[in-house]
Amino acid sequence: MTFETVIGLEVHAQLRTQSKMFCGCATEFGRAPNSQTCPVCLGLPGSLPVINKRAVEMAIRTGLALNCSIRSTNIFARKHYFYPDLPKGYQISQYEEPICEEGWIDLNVNGSSKRVRICRAHLEEDAGKNIHANEGGHSYVDLNRTGTPLLEIVTEPDMRSADEVVAYLKSLRDLLVYLDVCDGNMEEGNLRCEPNISLRPVGSETLGTKVELKNINSFKNVKDSVEYEVKRQTKVLTEGGTIHQETRLWNIELGQTAVMRSKEAAHDYRYFPDPDLLPLSINDEWIDELRGTLQELPQARQQRFITEHGLPEYDAGVLTSSRELADYFEACVKQFAEPKTVSNFMMGELLRELNQAGTPVESSPVSSERLVELLKLVHNGTISLKAAKEIFPEMYTGEKSAAQLVDEKGLQQVSDEGALEHMIQEVLKNNAAQVDQYRGGKETVLGFIVGQVMKASKGKANPQKVSELLKRALSS
Amino acid sequence: MKLSQQDVEYVADLARLQVSETEKEQLSHHLSSILTYMEELNQVDTEGVSPMASVVSQANVLREDEVRESVTQEQAVGNAPAAKDGMFQVPKIISDR
Repeated sequence: MTFETVIGLEVHAQLRTQSKMFCGCATEFGRAPNSQTCPVCLGLPGSLPVINKRAVEMAIRTGLALNCSIRSTNIFARKHYFYPDLPKGYQISQYEEPICEEGWIDLNVNGSSKRVRICRAHLEEDAGKNIHANEGGHSYVDLNRTGTPLLEIVTEPDMRSADEVVAYLKSLRDLLVYLDVCDGNMEEGNLRCEPNISLRPVGSETLGTKVELKNINSFKNVKDSVEYEVKRQTKVLTEGGTIHQETRLWNIELGQTAVMRSKEAAHDYRYFPDPDLLPLSINDEWIDELRGTLQELPQARQQRFITEHGLPEYDAGVLTSSRELADYFEACVKQFAEPKTVSNFMMGELLRELNQAGTPVESSPVSSERLVELLKLVHNGTISLKAAKEIFPEMYTGEKSAAQLVDEKGLQQVSDEGALEHMIQEVLKNNAAQVDQYRGGKETVLGFIVGQVMKASKGKANPQKVSELLKRALSS
Repeated sequence: MKLSQQDVEYVADLARLQVSETEKEQLSHHLSSILTYMEELNQVDTEGVSPMASVVSQANVLREDEVRESVTQEQAVGNAPAAKDGMFQVPKIISDR
């Protein structure tokens, strides 16, 4: 029997607010343990939560970008469970009435388009962090993260392969970063994903028993874990076994998933409306105001890069993968209207240096102004593209301008006709045989002669100019 | 509505409460009578009435996204039975792996 893979995804995105969802504590990452807490997020008796307006606005903006409808009346519910990182004994979340419902995201997977439906997106608060010591029989709890606003975004079971899951997740990440609502860093845990995977016989409409995967903290882990799990389930079913509904953890070292040991196998969260919070009402006026603040979304910008700047789809995709990168590109093009030249140099040289150093483009030591200065030198024939690539690493690590480096290294191309003519005559004299071949109709020999002139100029001659002058000299 | 002893055990387990056999007996009796009393509400005709989440008619009590100073690390863990290096110390949570 052949099986079809069915995958739905739950994504938790930490919202980039300054303060927490229900209290005024800072949300900064990496601070001293429990230094960003207060009676509300510590769950002390008598404290009362108050909703963070910006978190609500971020959720609405994300919902609009995901083509969702925004619910006009929202209530928050308590979800009960016990774990040391949850001091109140419940998490404030939304249950029956999520803020965003029924949207979609369109993807491009291996050349074909694919729509993934969004079932819901709701606001909730994050839990704290448990630190497990190896000895001593204790665990330790840091509640700095407790109460950080999260948007949980849930898809319908619309994905059919690991590639589609990765494409969806990347597209969602780009969108969240563009909207400036989430840092989108899986390694740091501000974007977390939990795929639900099941198999069913091809042609069947009924969903099979699903398995939820956890502990996935990079795009590579997403692909590897989903592929592993699909293989595992296929094997179990092919051998006549059954799949158990369970949560499995991805083990990076072993490259396997394993059942998570859980005492609370049957979840009974006993949801009920949180009596400490008043309903949240969202009217059309507020939604329209937020709709007006939506920036151009990645897909639209990619399309515009293709039509307005004439870039190939691939270039447009790379350059719009982050808003900062796209901004950098447009800043360059504004000063120097050669989009493809800018794109090539950015994707080749700039991104290589940035990726090697792990530096985001907004902190690039080479500003768009400095890059454009360099590209203009190539464009007006002062230096070759090869020379530009040669000095770029030094521009990246140092303060010197392109012009300074060109001067110091004497990289100016020789474009002066008189000087070039002189070299050409010399080369023609020393390569009489090839000159005869060329004149006899073997035009391919021109490349060789150009090469000889370049060699004579120690690589400094402007190759375009050389070939132009050569053709003239040879036809006379 | 009659609540069984198993129901009491289940609810107590969810709430992490330890109850003795005598208490189970008492609780199943008490909870049953509370539920029976509440069942009277089922007689009310709620046709066309939307569920109410709050008795307060106010909505949208929001705060601006501003950071406020609060307690110190020492104060945060000060009430905990055990703490170490600014963190709450709890019995070891069984490793997931």
